[in-house]
Amino acid sequence: MWRRSASFILDQQQQQKEERKKTTTTTTTTTAMATTTETSSYQNPNNNNNNIHHPNNISAYYQTRAAHHGVVTSDWLAQAQAAVGHDVYDDDADHVVRSSADHHHHPFSVIDEFNRWRKQPDLAEAVAAILALASVIRSSQATTMMELEIELKKASDSLKSWDTTSISLTAGCDLFMRYVTRTSALEYEDFSAAKSRLIERGEKFGEISRKARRTIAMLSQDFIFDGCTILVHGFSRVVLEVLKTAAANKKLFRVLCTEGRPDRTGLRLSNELAKLDVPVKLLIDSAVAYTMDEVDMVFVGADGVVESGGIINMMGTYQIALVAHSMNKPVYVAAESYKFARLYPLDQKDLAPALRPIDFGVPIPSGVEVETSARDYTPPQYLTLLFTDLGVLTPSVVSDELIRLYL
Amino acid sequence: MDSRRASRMVIDPKVRQVGFVTPSTGTPTPNRTQSGPARSASPSESSPAGNSLPPVTIPPRRHASDNLTSQAVPVPVPMSPLRRLSINENIPIGSYESSEYLLGASPMTSPSIKFDDGEVSEDMFSPGKFSRVNSSGMQSKNYPGASSLITVSAVNKPAGVSEKGGGLSELQNEQLTNSKSLKEKTSKAERRALQEAQRAAKAAAKGEGSNPVVSGGPAPSKAKTTKAVNNPPQRKDAVPSVISEKRGSDRQTEKDRKKDVPHPRMQFDDKQRVEKAKRRAVVKQTEARNRVELFRHLPQYEHGTQLPNLESKFFQLDPMHPAVYKVGLRYLTGDICGGNARCIAMLQAFKESIIDYSTPPEKSLGRDLTAKIGSYVSFMNECRPLSISMGNAIRFLKNRIAKLPPTLPESEAKAALQTDIDRFINEKIILADKVIVEHAVTKIRDGDVLLTHGSSSVVEMILLYAHELGKQFRVVIVDSRPKLDGQALLRRLLAKGLSCTYTHINAISYIMHEVTRVFLGASAVLSNGTVYSRVGTACVCMVAYAFHIPVLICCEAYKFHERVQLDSICSNELGDPDIISKVLGREDVNHLAEWSSTENLQLLNLIYDVTPSDYVSMIITDYGMVPPTSVPVIVREYMKEPLWM
Repeated sequence: MWRRSASFILDQQQQQKEERKKTTTTTTTTTAMATTTETSSYQNPNNNNNNIHHPNNISAYYQTRAAHHGVVTSDWLAQAQAAVGHDVYDDDADHVVRSSADHHHHPFSVIDEFNRWRKQPDLAEAVAAILALASVIRSSQATTMMELEIELKKASDSLKSWDTTSISLTAGCDLFMRYVTRTSALEYEDFSAAKSRLIERGEKFGEISRKARRTIAMLSQDFIFDGCTILVHGFSRVVLEVLKTAAANKKLFRVLCTEGRPDRTGLRLSNELAKLDVPVKLLIDSAVAYTMDEVDMVFVGADGVVESGGIINMMGTYQIALVAHSMNKPVYVAAESYKFARLYPLDQKDLAPALRPIDFGVPIPSGVEVETSARDYTPPQYLTLLFTDLGVLTPSVVSDELIRLYL
Repeated sequence: MDSRRASRMVIDPKVRQVGFVTPSTGTPTPNRTQSGPARSASPSESSPAGNSLPPVTIPPRRHASDNLTSQAVPVPVPMSPLRRLSINENIPIGSYESSEYLLGASPMTSPSIKFDDGEVSEDMFSPGKFSRVNSSGMQSKNYPGASSLITVSAVNKPAGVSEKGGGLSELQNEQLTNSKSLKEKTSKAERRALQEAQRAAKAAAKGEGSNPVVSGGPAPSKAKTTKAVNNPPQRKDAVPSVISEKRGSDRQTEKDRKKDVPHPRMQFDDKQRVEKAKRRAVVKQTEARNRVELFRHLPQYEHGTQLPNLESKFFQLDPMHPAVYKVGLRYLTGDICGGNARCIAMLQAFKESIIDYSTPPEKSLGRDLTAKIGSYVSFMNECRPLSISMGNAIRFLKNRIAKLPPTLPESEAKAALQTDIDRFINEKIILADKVIVEHAVTKIRDGDVLLTHGSSSVVEMILLYAHELGKQFRVVIVDSRPKLDGQALLRRLLAKGLSCTYTHINAISYIMHEVTRVFLGASAVLSNGTVYSRVGTACVCMVAYAFHIPVLICCEAYKFHERVQLDSICSNELGDPDIISKVLGREDVNHLAEWSSTENLQLLNLIYDVTPSDYVSMIITDYGMVPPTSVPVIVREYMKEPLWM
């Protein structure tokens, strides 16, 4: 059954993994199930280390990312479409069989809606969630405000539990709830008017989120000057958008891409940039300090922006930021505002770990542990500016915005 | 580069030299604005590292008028006869964790209080000092320098109290005629008054500059020298009061009284204001001798001299409600300490007094009650300087009183205020603590070693709750002299079965490497993220910062304040210097036994210090976990509305 689960690419990866799997344990759970079992083990990172290093505990978030960041071809899309088109959800009782043809005969499911949106490779997970939630309001049968709110809450909870390791998904859902339901006018209106207002707000929020990347790209243009050298780490769609826009604006710049082990996201980015005729140089991840003196600025994306103003991003961001800081190079973060999360990690281990497999190419001797965490936390003092759709912010403003939004 | 964040790396612990040095007897105080430490340090000496702070500058002397502008606190008003005086009734004070914080019994039974008749009488009739003799409910006053006291006498006089002293009335007549002429052509007179005031201010500055600072009680001669200086501005002050006397209305006198009430953060090196404040003070404090030069602007008194005197007044003192009085005395003895406990005790006392309050005829509840609360506040301030949290609570209460609709019947208004106070205590303190505990516990992992300093009620709750949740962690309690209140915390934690390590702050750098989190309480958090807390906190934070250990400050949002403070000098509290001169448990070690008679020795017992926000990783408040840079946002968004609710 798992072969037909949500994302085609996920299956593909799993398949690949299975092929190179040396261990005999083959638990064929769906990814959703995997994440739920994972979450229970996250409660206590110190206690069950062995559990975490289990090869099957892979962050669904990173799998989706991997899927989306793959070089997309049209036939891949078609394939993916076909694979997901007639997929059957049966991992959980309340997930309803959904035929793509008609909505009205079957109860509405957020997850399906979310997955439908998610198939668009350009759409971030959080935006997909936001759009899915907006459609929850639209198709709601509720007759009272309270009912609608509870329904919305349930939907967002199920979305959040779909992948607990994704910060932006959680943050996006929370922000949507906040943004949509926090209007004072709701109490005075009759239900249909209030509902249409909610729909309106939900769609507006979806629109803002969709356009966020564009906004950020526009905002960051002032910071890219002719002849500059930019170091990027990992594959971030926002950063790519920024660089694309800069290239379109006829700016002359050079990009240094880190390799981005283990999923080689840097290779993908360099591929994209090469298509734009931007001079690119690839580095292995350990060459960052070596090349830092020729770098003018560091550009990274973010999985999540936390309350302190720091970011959670792909493994390696922290050390790049440290090197850049010690060499007085600015570190710019491009992140949409729906990634602002109410988290406050105090140190690297103060996060729910997102794990991913690491292929070392050679068999690892037994008894050797592997650090499989996929992301790290960069404290705010190593960041210079955050480019968000709310504007260009210093790290400390993140918390201000969050406080304003959440309290 | 963002310089603000980036600068964190560069900041060194601030090098600050505290002036434990004697002023050479001829040196005037105010001349030392530039040089920092009084020891005329060479530049290389005063800045040992290249990136150290510039030498401490003493804030400019406040002019008298500065203090008038902000937060005028009104004055006791003649008491209503309806008020009950039954002090025997049991007044619940500080029900909040009372067993821990309200150590000892009530001041009446406290062993430290002795009724010393001789001392009282001596204090009462000492020359050159304002004394209030209570005889059959009437108050009569003796003023040493009558002319300089016109305002006070005109203002302070309750109805039906006769003035004493012939010179006084004469002077008053003079003022009356003065005021008449002033009435006719005000503009000219005003101009003249202004000129005179300016001239006087100049003269005062000059006079003070040339006078060596004399600490201790004011001598009569001293009063005379300041009299001439004092006179012109006094006259200006006196005018409205005299007019109002003629009119027979209370309103203007009230206003004038407010002017006279000492500012809660009065600069105690401003002699004129200190004199003034002293005259109206309920608590007679003898000022400590040999005070540290740099901290002269803070009040410091001989400890243990006021209590017997105050205690004797317990049954006589009119304007003070017994509950308020009791709380004040407990502040004085140190029975109630800890920010939350003090604040709650104060609010409970105010609640008591509101229950017993009845509006005097021809007065509005709003105004009269505000004045009354104001007088209570200044009394409490005399007992022990108010904390910032208490200031916020008082502001809240006064706001509620002001917001009461004037048409509301008295009983309902009183009931509304009582529920407001209860709500403040519940929502802003008790519930806030619960929320903080919930937040903080998420930051405690198994295997953690948590360090705390002193004894903070919130931190204690956090530790106990985390223990209840079954988290496996160890606690390091760092304590410091002279209070050693960490011992009480240690005892309570041990009773609950936590595993603890107890050490003194001297060992902080040794113990820090095994610590994973530092949890600290705070007395206040200022809007630049500065944490104002028990002395020693800054030290702990800086060591933790050096070891890359996160520092979590747990502080309720009602303790936030929009003020900005850069050092621990401008605003602080001085404790009893005698305490630090003793070595605990070693009676034979008494090198400092006679320290007060040594001319060139001063002891400094600071109560609070200030931790720059660079050393703080996170502030846990009832609004969640925020970085110290977000404190102004909370202050701006949630406290601009003084109702807070």
